[in-house]
Amino acid sequence: MTVQEPIYQTEALIAEDIEAYLNLHQHKSMLRFITCGSVDDGKSTLIGRLLYDSKMIFEDQLAALENDSKKVGTQGHEIDFALLVDGLAAEREQGITIDVAYRFFSTEKRKFIVADCPGHEQYTRNMVTGASTADLAVILIDARKGVLTQTRRHSYLCHLIGIRHIVLAVNKMDLIGYDQARYDAIVADYAAFAASIGIEAFTAMPISGFKGDNITALSENTPWYSGPTLMGHLEAVEVNTAAEAAGVFRMPVQWVNRPNLDFRGFSGLISNGTVRKGDAVRVLPSGKTSTVTRIVTLDGDLDEAVAGQSITLCLADEIDCSRGDVLAAADAPPQVADQFETNLVWMADEPLVPGRAYWLKLASQTVSVTVSQPKCTINVNTMERLAAKTLELNAIGLAEITTDRPIVFEPYTESRTLGGFILIDKISNATVAAGMLNFSLRRAQNVHWQALDVTREAHARLKGQSPAVLWFTGLSGSGKSTIANLVEKKLHALGKHTFLLDGDNVRHGLNKDLGFTETDRIENIRRVGEVAKLMTDAGLIVLTAFISPFRAERDMVRGLLAADGRDGEFFEIFVDTPLEEAERRDVKGLYKKARSGALKNFTGIDSPYEAPEKPEIRVDTMRETPEEAAERIVALIIGDWMPVI
Amino acid sequence: MSDPVSKSTLTHIQRLEAEAIHIMREVVAEATNPVMLYSVGKDSAVMLHLARKAFYPSPPPFPLLHVDTTWKFQAMYELRERMAKESGMELLVHQNPEAAERGINPFDHGPLHTDMWKTEGLKQALDKWGFDAAFGGARRDEEKSRAKERIFSFRTASHGWDPKNQRPELWNIYNARKNKGESIRVFPISNWTELDIWQYIRLNDVPIVPLYFAARRPTFEWEGGLFMADDLPRLEKVLGYRPEITERSIRFRTLGCFPLTGAVESNATTLNEVIQETLLTTTSERQGRVIDKDAGGAGMEVKKQQGYF
Repeated sequence: MTVQEPIYQTEALIAEDIEAYLNLHQHKSMLRFITCGSVDDGKSTLIGRLLYDSKMIFEDQLAALENDSKKVGTQGHEIDFALLVDGLAAEREQGITIDVAYRFFSTEKRKFIVADCPGHEQYTRNMVTGASTADLAVILIDARKGVLTQTRRHSYLCHLIGIRHIVLAVNKMDLIGYDQARYDAIVADYAAFAASIGIEAFTAMPISGFKGDNITALSENTPWYSGPTLMGHLEAVEVNTAAEAAGVFRMPVQWVNRPNLDFRGFSGLISNGTVRKGDAVRVLPSGKTSTVTRIVTLDGDLDEAVAGQSITLCLADEIDCSRGDVLAAADAPPQVADQFETNLVWMADEPLVPGRAYWLKLASQTVSVTVSQPKCTINVNTMERLAAKTLELNAIGLAEITTDRPIVFEPYTESRTLGGFILIDKISNATVAAGMLNFSLRRAQNVHWQALDVTREAHARLKGQSPAVLWFTGLSGSGKSTIANLVEKKLHALGKHTFLLDGDNVRHGLNKDLGFTETDRIENIRRVGEVAKLMTDAGLIVLTAFISPFRAERDMVRGLLAADGRDGEFFEIFVDTPLEEAERRDVKGLYKKARSGALKNFTGIDSPYEAPEKPEIRVDTMRETPEEAAERIVALIIGDWMPVI
Repeated sequence: MSDPVSKSTLTHIQRLEAEAIHIMREVVAEATNPVMLYSVGKDSAVMLHLARKAFYPSPPPFPLLHVDTTWKFQAMYELRERMAKESGMELLVHQNPEAAERGINPFDHGPLHTDMWKTEGLKQALDKWGFDAAFGGARRDEEKSRAKERIFSFRTASHGWDPKNQRPELWNIYNARKNKGESIRVFPISNWTELDIWQYIRLNDVPIVPLYFAARRPTFEWEGGLFMADDLPRLEKVLGYRPEITERSIRFRTLGCFPLTGAVESNATTLNEVIQETLLTTTSERQGRVIDKDAGGAGMEVKKQQGYF
């Protein structure tokens, strides 16, 4: 039996001193959390238990519940708490959770809003909806089953959406005889996974939602467990608004209040920090500054207001400010930009169409936006990054977006309000994606470009050549390095100043911090692209030999040069060797390793290679020897294109 | 409502108030023709107060709409007129002419009464004035299908609700875009509980209908429930007999149409006593209302699909 301590004595207080009780209730803080986990891990049962233990279930509901439990319950003759939570007819019929259900309960310390999130992958968008407003996530694990695919997926989503507090509730402990060794093994298993996706900390506890172990009181069934009870933990963790209040003042303007010619107020919800009468504020994106003269409310003017409050501000100057603008501390304003790298969660049946215009809504700003082809998608079951042309329903991907005018923003990790956005289909008006801004791509905007007296043209002229990037791409073992080497030797012999950036060599130095996941590969190529660009500024002919499997990254490097009006300097050279041939050659023995599973994310085996569609030069190694190919490339470069400046 | 304990952690009531105000301002900024549904109950009273706070010093920039069944308590009609005047808002009243013509009443027609006066009446009113967004005071703690509903809840041109295909609602970003003919029901106090409502009324001195407080009133028993004889001649007409009237100290936990809303015997005459009684009572709020019991456990879900609020 579970130790049942009467920790909720509210009823006595209500009866004896209602005034005292109401004063207590009035000063409670509020925690929003979600429960998630695999389909039968007992989420709904746990919520039912929390409601029951905090006396939020009334007698008539309990009677109806007992009745329902006998009819459609899944717990035999015992009360099926899940029936309290699954509210839609389809859910009760199928015994599953389709949409987020919000439930409320309170203890003596806090009020709680709990969102019960669906476990099925097809309802991922509903789970993300629930997670987006949560301070904490309870991830449930069935102690009999351990960490499952859904556990991993939900943990990843919670982490992606920025939930700071994760609770690992190892549930159904009663069904494994409260076995500590089994519990420890599950926690260790989860810890390894959590670390791999960047979850820095989590709180684990052994519970039984059905029996009530470690929910409101420590259970004598788990004497080996000395951590907090679930309810105790929920009462103690810090809520998001506390963190937001500590930031610098920001308030997106929702509405301009103009009852008459004498009053002009700016209404909004403060997203971060504190504002006081007399504070200097800046209007973004215009950058104009003024001073706060009044903080107006129906209950009288305030001297100061904090994050989480909805207020109306008056300013000293008649400056231009309207819906969509952001009021911020004058000395620390947020950034303004129009190109960003973002994480997107696709939520519509119709897949993303790269290049199509969608509406983007971020705080009170609504602008037109286009999304590039995703850099990659994340397989949320395996955490693998895959090349992708689009995003399908429930897909999570990394993509660049471009807005039609600059917007005020902050990285999502710093501000949910100024970093989180939705995409809206312009025709159907459906919300098709949730997005999180990572950073703006014009990171150079605050770094002023230093004008150099010795220009890139001057560098090139001295060397008597035009700079170029010869970008060799192809499968491992296709012959990229061999051909690139020959080309460099030939150019060198012709008196050309060259430099060969080799994939393996760069990874020993500049990029030794990067692995072989898709993001790392993308970063690898981005850095090489930037280095190649700098070298062309120095007047060099740069040769690169990298697998560079993703079209998007090769196009990104092409774009780097094109952005400076140097489109003609990029030569994509596709060293085309069929996979079977490259694998037959297997010069470095890597294919063998990859086939055996010893090497992960190997291009051509378990990671895709996207062949160039329109390379400047294609080398068919089945028909041309490396020597012939090199001759042809040099002839093309020198003959057709390279007049001396 | 300043919190003396900690300035940086807002109380739950402060957060709920700020959330509701934020929602109302979003609707006003993005909808073309919003309206606030006003039923004169305590949730409506809180909604109206929040609207006044959201737009102060301007009056709320939308009208109040009362979908009247003609069967409300007299005290409700009185407060309705007073509040419209105090808030400076336009008051629109709609009574379904078809229901009036057919003499639909709660005694003879049961569920049809709700369907005709409220569901149909609401649809008619929204169509008549062309409202594209309607604020409602529904709360997620009231009922199971409400617990699943978004804050911005979309309705087709025929006012239907599709619970299995709701728009994702992320953070506090609301997508108010809709196609022609579609409309939005907006629930700014979705996350409030009944206790929060009472607490807010207490903290802000929000005026509510006196029927929430106990007083000696004329009552009669009908089909196992206790009811107030608000308009005896009319009652007599529809019942076909003169009910036996007893004076009792009663009050109401919820206010709807008077024969659909049962009274409870009570001596709670102050707000604190009412809250105390509410908290100690062991029956959930809507039990006094007959509406949820239709069609088994899914009563409200079905009603909402048909266009009920």
